[in-house]
Amino acid sequence: MEEALTEALVLSRVQFGLNIGFHILFPTITIGLAWIVAGFRIRYEMTRDEAWLRTYKLWVKVFALTFAMGVVSGVTMSFQFGTNWPGYMNRVGNIAGPLLAYEVLTAFFLEATFLGVMLFGMQRVSGRVHVASSVIVAFGTTVSAFWILALNSWMQTPAGHTQLGGALVAESWWRVIFNPSFPYRLAHMLLASGITAAFVVAGLSAWRLLAARSDGAALKTLRFGARLAAVLVPLQIFVGDLHGLNTLEHQPAKIAAMEALWHTERGAPLVLFALIDEEHGRNRFAIEVPKGASLILKHSLDGEVKGLSEFADRPPVAPLFLAFRVMVGMGVLMLILAWGSQFWLKASPPRWLLWAFAGFTFAGWVATLAGWLTTEIGRQPWLVTGILRTADAVGPASGAKLGASLTAYAVTYAALLLAYMVTLTHMSRRG
Amino acid sequence: MDLVLVFAALMGFAILLYVLLDGYDLGIGMLMPAAERKEQELMVASIAPFWDANETWLVLGIGLLLVGFPVAHGEILGALYLPVAAMLVGLMLRGVAFELRVKAEGWHRELWNWLFWAGSTLASFAQGLMLGRYVTGFEAGLGYWLFAAVVGASLCGGYVLLGATWLVLRTRGELQEKAVRWARWGLMWVALGVALVSLGTPLASETVRSRWFDFPRTLGLMVLPAATVAIGLWVWLTLGKSDSKPFAGAVAIFVLAFMGLAYSLFPYVVMDKLTIWDAAADDSALRFVGVGLVFVLPFILAWQIYSHRVFRGKVHQGIYER
Repeated sequence: MEEALTEALVLSRVQFGLNIGFHILFPTITIGLAWIVAGFRIRYEMTRDEAWLRTYKLWVKVFALTFAMGVVSGVTMSFQFGTNWPGYMNRVGNIAGPLLAYEVLTAFFLEATFLGVMLFGMQRVSGRVHVASSVIVAFGTTVSAFWILALNSWMQTPAGHTQLGGALVAESWWRVIFNPSFPYRLAHMLLASGITAAFVVAGLSAWRLLAARSDGAALKTLRFGARLAAVLVPLQIFVGDLHGLNTLEHQPAKIAAMEALWHTERGAPLVLFALIDEEHGRNRFAIEVPKGASLILKHSLDGEVKGLSEFADRPPVAPLFLAFRVMVGMGVLMLILAWGSQFWLKASPPRWLLWAFAGFTFAGWVATLAGWLTTEIGRQPWLVTGILRTADAVGPASGAKLGASLTAYAVTYAALLLAYMVTLTHMSRRG
Repeated sequence: MDLVLVFAALMGFAILLYVLLDGYDLGIGMLMPAAERKEQELMVASIAPFWDANETWLVLGIGLLLVGFPVAHGEILGALYLPVAAMLVGLMLRGVAFELRVKAEGWHRELWNWLFWAGSTLASFAQGLMLGRYVTGFEAGLGYWLFAAVVGASLCGGYVLLGATWLVLRTRGELQEKAVRWARWGLMWVALGVALVSLGTPLASETVRSRWFDFPRTLGLMVLPAATVAIGLWVWLTLGKSDSKPFAGAVAIFVLAFMGLAYSLFPYVVMDKLTIWDAAADDSALRFVGVGLVFVLPFILAWQIYSHRVFRGKVHQGIYER
């Protein structure tokens, strides 16, 4: 029994992680891209320059495809809360349910309905209504992020609830939504989306330029994407730092695991790289910056940082340590590319630079997924911090059933993801 | 006013709208192989501006089940685990195929066309299967599964009827004539399906039997099947003569079937096990979402009506005629 339960837990987590990880890819692009596309549309409305219209028409296709991927994977998500995590719904359904419902009511319908007008209505409605539709779609994607991040943040740093029998109910919806980590997480996600979209725009434009050097519109959008990234990445580093300090206050064990700090110390070093020895609770072959962690986390050289040994419930260290480094590493690479390229982008960019941008088309995905893994694994062993353990939320579905559906989902996702990426690159090369 | 009852009614409304709206575009997906290549473009164009929003009603319906009746959400979706997974895979394939088929060429395009058809069919059949399992309270046994399979096939027929009458409304010429034939075919399936389900459900479920066969109430209730038969005939007779009446009739058949189903089930949300009051969430959650529903639902309906108005009229060569 014990063993069967663990198997179901592992499979449930893998399946849900796979679904949500697949889903997150597409909103991450569309939230940012929606505003970019709306911007192109507004530019055309103001200038009446046919080049902007062509640009809009190309990018709205990319948007529509990405949006559709988000819709279909989002539908899947809405089913899996109940099928895979009934314990979650029983205990915190009164909080999670309404937040998800509001996402559908205030955002999903708005986007999905006006997307039709935006995609096919240009000949049928006035210019002003069409511009408005594009802006409404963009607004909808952002509102969507608002509700989802509200729920995710509440699971990380719950507030505003009270106990009623075996379940939780909201005492103050305001405090549930605007829980302590919400503003930071929302800002961090919106910026991540802006950066991801900026690199998609720059990357696909680079693919186009590799096929057709003289495409002026593609050069324009490449410059636009690179410039947008050059502004957003530093902003993200700033917001990320604030988010980290917020996490240190509310979820110190997560920070300790991210930094692989086993014991509380003053003037804690920043561990750049190390082999994590989870069993003995130490780092091997560590490369450290003395006092670095204290400086970053406490903004003082001999600030005290709490180590993992202080916490009874703590997340696994190795995956967290690694995922966090992948996120930061990608951030640094994106910063270098965005800033470093500005000089060459003034003239006709060299081929190696185009290849670099083409290679970085989906760089935002890597950073976002790594960041998401950091925050979600960092919450373990809790599903809702201090309230519900992940192991207590798993469903009764048997290992065999889960195995079958997991295989079906995995194959479908892999095929769709491949088709999506190949189609986008092909589309861009054709122009 | 009973909050739980209102909530259940709204959830039913969302699910009914989902069936009607996604029903016609799923039906068109299933009809794809029956059409010529040029006709396929028109068929796809007739649903392109709507399918994203249509599918959103499913998320709302399931979302309301999750919010309003969390225990039932777990119970129902747990029992329907594999058909749900099949439906989701189907919906995913068709949604993505819908976008990708226009961008592909050669055999790629054929592959996406095939996936659009296969995904639509799989999703429709799985939904019918879920319905069949649901109304019989998820009883084990081969007979119950066969019954569910019949419901699955009937729902496919029903969606084909919706899709074909939608095409009658939105196209002209040769394709419209074909659509009339498809609609007749779908209508026959629906008649068979409705008859089998109407006879089968009371046989399969004690609760349903006692609810319908309880004289003299039965006499009053017979209005429902009688109206269904009358409307079915009306659809048959107006096909080929009117553009809009067959679609309206098809919608009416679905609404009547839905009412019959609601009557069979009420007040259960899980047949014979959980009533809506047993399964309801806490009042605080219901009220918070209920307020939102009352304010936002009219807007959602207004947007969708607006969108359907913007794209009214006949489709032509993939571009809308004014």
